[in-house]
Amino acid sequence: MSRRPYKFEPSKTGWWLKQPRYVRYMMREMSAAFIGIYALVLIAGLFRLSQGEDAYVEFLAAAEGPVGLTFAVVAMGFAIYHTYSWFQVTPKAMPLMIGGKQVPGVFIVAAHWLGFVVVSVALWLLVGS
Amino acid sequence: MSGRTIELEILRYDPEQDDAPHFQAYTVPYREDWVVLDAINYVKDHLDRTLSYRWSCHMAVCGSCGMMLNGEPALACHTFLRDYPGSIRVEPLQNFPIERDLVVVMDDFIDKLGSVKPYVVPKEEKAVDDGEHLQKPAELARFKQYTACINCLLCYSACPQYALNDSFIGPAALALAHRYNLDSRDVGRSAREDVVASNPGIWECSFVGACSEVCPKSVDPAAAIQQTKIASTGDYFMKFLMPWKRK
Repeated sequence: MSRRPYKFEPSKTGWWLKQPRYVRYMMREMSAAFIGIYALVLIAGLFRLSQGEDAYVEFLAAAEGPVGLTFAVVAMGFAIYHTYSWFQVTPKAMPLMIGGKQVPGVFIVAAHWLGFVVVSVALWLLVGS
Repeated sequence: MSGRTIELEILRYDPEQDDAPHFQAYTVPYREDWVVLDAINYVKDHLDRTLSYRWSCHMAVCGSCGMMLNGEPALACHTFLRDYPGSIRVEPLQNFPIERDLVVVMDDFIDKLGSVKPYVVPKEEKAVDDGEHLQKPAELARFKQYTACINCLLCYSACPQYALNDSFIGPAALALAHRYNLDSRDVGRSAREDVVASNPGIWECSFVGACSEVCPKSVDPAAAIQQTKIASTGDYFMKFLMPWKRK
């Protein structure tokens, strides 16, 4: 009896297309890139503001143009998915025990959404009007 | 028994004859109350006695019959034929070398499991006559879910991180390390840190979460690893804030 174990070599590039759960994971990770790019656009806006009113109006026009708007919509979609997917896994990283019993994950996720809404409304009241 | 049948396509590999694994199809009777393991046992008993596979308890306790069923890691004893409309592709657990047919080499996991000291390291040795190490129900509740691990390796098979880098300590071993770290009777956490808090330990995990989705015992290794990351990050900063506390 001779041992000769056989090992399949994993795909280094296409592995994440093999399972829907791997695709969801890559989407979650990718969503950070869109949020990062959106942050860079905001910083570019600040830079243009520092250059004077004309430069800033030009920036606003570009942001409201077809390319700017399309990007904003796509980035918004990814930002929502980013928030949703990370809030979904918070019970894993931050489990809560009260009185020796696990608090159901759905309450931890709901608390995050509640915090999100409270902060958003507070920001809106502060600077939105 | 009705005349209905179902086809199993089983990956075969004979290290003494084959250069590479290949599929072989078997037609077995279909029964509403059969799990995939029953169908594989039928193949072994009636069609092909050369087929090799592991199984023991037939009730999702021993963790021996993990295999890929239509590309998904599952326990063959815990998966009904009735959940598969067509044929079933049966392969050995992916990410492990194939010893023969559906039997994989699990030495890598056994070594890693041992490396995390998966047992209670007591503060001081206690003679049997001195009685038990007592624990309150609330202390047990902290880690009880992680004790359900049956070492079936489905989580390693589901983990793309382990597939790409097999130096990763992996989900089950890290979940068990967490289980003992959380145990009120245990003081072995710092002894486990060298392995657990290393790069091939928790930091190789990028939180895909596939391990927890396929776990047949709801152990949730992904949760264990993320909680260990938080604890380990706390250690890192405490080292700077309170250097005198360093062991």
